[in-house]
Amino acid sequence: MERDDLIVNDSYSINARHSEEDGKKIRKKLYFVTVLLTVITIIEIFMGVAFKRNATFTWEAIKLTFVILTLVKAAYIVLVFMHLGDERKNLKYVVLLPYALFILYLLFIALYEGLSAQTLHNMFG
Amino acid sequence: MTKLAAKFQLLMSGHAEAVSKDKLWGGGMSPFSISYGKMMMWYFLVSDALTFGGLLTAYGVIRHASSEPWPVGEQVFESLPGLPGSFPLIYVALMTFILIISSVTMVLAVEAGHRMDKKGVIKWMGYTVLGGIFFLSSQAWEWSHFIHGSGGGFQISTPMSVTGQDESGASITMDLNGGSWVHMTSEVGHAYEHALEHGDHIEVKGGNLIITPAHHDAHGEDAHGAHAEHGHDAHAEAGPTSIPLEIVLNKFVLEHKDGKDYRKIKVTGAEAEKVMNAMSSHTLVFGANLKKNEYAVQQQYANFFFFITGFHGFHVMQGVVINIVIFLMALRGVFEKRGHYEMVEKVGLFWHFVDLVWVFVFTFFYLV
Repeated sequence: MERDDLIVNDSYSINARHSEEDGKKIRKKLYFVTVLLTVITIIEIFMGVAFKRNATFTWEAIKLTFVILTLVKAAYIVLVFMHLGDERKNLKYVVLLPYALFILYLLFIALYEGLSAQTLHNMFG
Repeated sequence: MTKLAAKFQLLMSGHAEAVSKDKLWGGGMSPFSISYGKMMMWYFLVSDALTFGGLLTAYGVIRHASSEPWPVGEQVFESLPGLPGSFPLIYVALMTFILIISSVTMVLAVEAGHRMDKKGVIKWMGYTVLGGIFFLSSQAWEWSHFIHGSGGGFQISTPMSVTGQDESGASITMDLNGGSWVHMTSEVGHAYEHALEHGDHIEVKGGNLIITPAHHDAHGEDAHGAHAEHGHDAHAEAGPTSIPLEIVLNKFVLEHKDGKDYRKIKVTGAEAEKVMNAMSSHTLVFGANLKKNEYAVQQQYANFFFFITGFHGFHVMQGVVINIVIFLMALRGVFEKRGHYEMVEKVGLFWHFVDLVWVFVFTFFYLV
């Protein structure tokens, strides 16, 4: 089994020194992510303004697109800006997995209950 | 000799590479290969993310459970400071962009820190602080706009059928239930609010809102003389003002029935007078506060706006304060002496987190 206490990627520890070369490479990646986040935001705004909420199916699809775009943005912020992607695997999972597990469950149960409350309200007043 | 022995011991314990001492924990190992401080920052962020996740989920529950129409983001937030007209979501988009850019300058400061580039850290931290202050000011305006509102809303007391024009000018008749929420346009609403504040007499007649200033009551004939002498209170002398009534049905919600768009139906003249006369006066509200709001019948909408954006704004404020401290420390060369810029990175994590939360607030509060 792979030992995970070995220093695999040491580029963000206290004593890590980046050279000018490293800096250039990192900055290039950062600029790419900046442009990407900006473009996604513009697309979201465009969608929010342009699409009307008349046809139920289209609006559901648009809502889903919003959620996916948001998750893409969040992933880039966490993995690149907060450089969790460059940290060790086990730190990454300790941060992300418990959170994802809990929040997905909470969302499922809470939205389900909310809808049920509305249905009951509409049925019985 | 001791160095060699240490290396030997390390080899024996299975380490392929030397682990620098500052990363080792009490057990002589470093499971995450990061310093204690950075890891605790990550744990704090996870717990804070749970708080925000809980708030946004609560918002979702209430919205799903609500059987009243829920206000729509692009109709509530469609103003720019100092400009007339409708700019749906543009201001929020600007705020989002500012926060993303300040996040970028933050990560550039972190990057400069890894190169021990003191000047770079100072420059980028400075920009980050400016971006944060810009965002906070924008949010202050947004709150002020939300609180003051545009026009005013009220519930009608009796069911009625109202005819008005939709945005294309086509005539549409709507059956309103008793308790339906309707809006005065901003011109009528502001005049109404102003008149209420000054205790002026308000009358609805001939499709107009007629406001008679209550100026002579308090001072009698003296007020007239005083006016002539000092030349103030010209408004009081102007006599009754008449403003054409304009009511908007479904201003902040969307309603679609049979393929027809029932939002923003403008009602004027005698029809508007009918709606105004059906107003249950205790429901009249201008803008929003913690008890009622003009955007919707249910109060949760405004409460969630205040709490979620307020709690996020509070985080931004903390972030700006901490960023200023780090900026000053970098300026004084504290990190240069310490030999590393890890503090910038830790604070950076918090600042990126604030941006991350805003990405979600933006989607679930303004877009969806």
